Amino acid sequence: MLQFLVNPERFMAFSRWAAPLLGLIALGLAAAGLALDFQAPPDYQQGYTVHIMFIHVPAAFMSEFVYACLGVASFLSLIFRHALAAAAARAAAPLGTGFTALALITGSLWGRPTWGTWWVWDPRLTSVLVLFLFYVGYMALEGAIEDEAKAARAAAILALVGLINLPIVHYSVVWWNSLHQGSSLLRAGGPDMPAVYLAPLLLMVFAYMAGFGALWLVRIRGEVWRRRAAVAAMRAAG
Amino acid sequence: MRAFSLIFRRELALSWTGGGGPVLALGFYLAMASLLPLALGADPARMTAVAPGFAWLVLALASLLSLERMFERDFEDGALDLIALGPAPLEMTALAKGLAQWIAIAAPLALLAPVVVTALGAPVGLAPIVVACGLIGGLGFCFLGGVGAALSLGSRRGGVLIALIVLPLFTPPVIFGAGAIEAFAAGLDWRTPLLLLCAYSLAAGALCPFAMAAAARNALS
Repeated sequence: MLQFLVNPERFMAFSRWAAPLLGLIALGLAAAGLALDFQAPPDYQQGYTVHIMFIHVPAAFMSEFVYACLGVASFLSLIFRHALAAAAARAAAPLGTGFTALALITGSLWGRPTWGTWWVWDPRLTSVLVLFLFYVGYMALEGAIEDEAKAARAAAILALVGLINLPIVHYSVVWWNSLHQGSSLLRAGGPDMPAVYLAPLLLMVFAYMAGFGALWLVRIRGEVWRRRAAVAAMRAAG
Repeated sequence: MRAFSLIFRRELALSWTGGGGPVLALGFYLAMASLLPLALGADPARMTAVAPGFAWLVLALASLLSLERMFERDFEDGALDLIALGPAPLEMTALAKGLAQWIAIAAPLALLAPVVVTALGAPVGLAPIVVACGLIGGLGFCFLGGVGAALSLGSRRGGVLIALIVLPLFTPPVIFGAGAIEAFAAGLDWRTPLLLLCAYSLAAGALCPFAMAAAARNALS
């Protein structure tokens, strides 16, 4: 798959129909997930705020998933010096920032009625906030260096440093202070959740993933077009 | 080895001359410490409670100040090109720069830290752990900061960018150092957080030179 896609021509031909297809899948999954979500009864503790979870949990998952994608793309661009991988890393960062911000905001909205506070300095909240700062730092570095190839390599090095550091950040913050409930989805012994909630939640997770895939492809295509435009402009200028 | 000691001595000499890196960091540290009572009110009980944590955090911030000089000066006057052409690998140069930064900036800050902590109202008995955390954590701060400094080469807005890149990386050492000082003050097990701080700083010292060298090579290319 990766081997096939490293050729920009083939990538463009592939993403031309893959991006809208993924977008449609995302819309379908999200519609199904939201329909199931609104049929689910209010939680006995959380009441109607449980509906926020179907937006929040997938966003929180995606914040880390996108960073992993960013890390892999950065690694490939650094090792193989491939322009498409650099474009992929560059394109993933704003999306990851968006998911992380969405996770933080919806979590805050959910926390006010449920925990009685907008924000607590709990390990999971703190490590997501640090992740958000990582994304911001990454984009700031990428934007601050004028030479594009150099900016991409510097950003890739930062992404890899971050990739090594993020698990340490996570464990240090857990060590520091452990109100956030443990993960109900990814835990030993299977998900701890009734099926009325599990089904829409999983649908939403897949909807987010497909949506990310679609937006990512569109953004990478945009990068490729931008570069082609720059080359064309150079040629035209002679 | 000879090249390493030459570069190390050069960095050390440079950091003491021309604008005085350590003086800048120490001045910043004292100025921030003197503003704390003005911002929080000089109630001794409140000051005593926040003094160690605040002193530790500002130490981390103060170590950011002279990072910009670490690579930028050599990059601009072409010395970095010459060093890169020389026999010593850039990784070794980065290691020497990080260690020189540690001796020149972090060590004076670590020695000033107990004075600041005590002046803010924490018990004098905290002094040893504060110095230990300052020295050990300072090693980590210098090397992580060095990565930020090398990455932001050629960006033309050095200082703030370095802080933005580096501060999220400071999360674990800030937590471990504050944890060690707090545990020591409370008479709890302070060895574990101190050892974790050691581990983090040593890992940073071992791995960061590679990232610094890669970033410097990228900027020079």
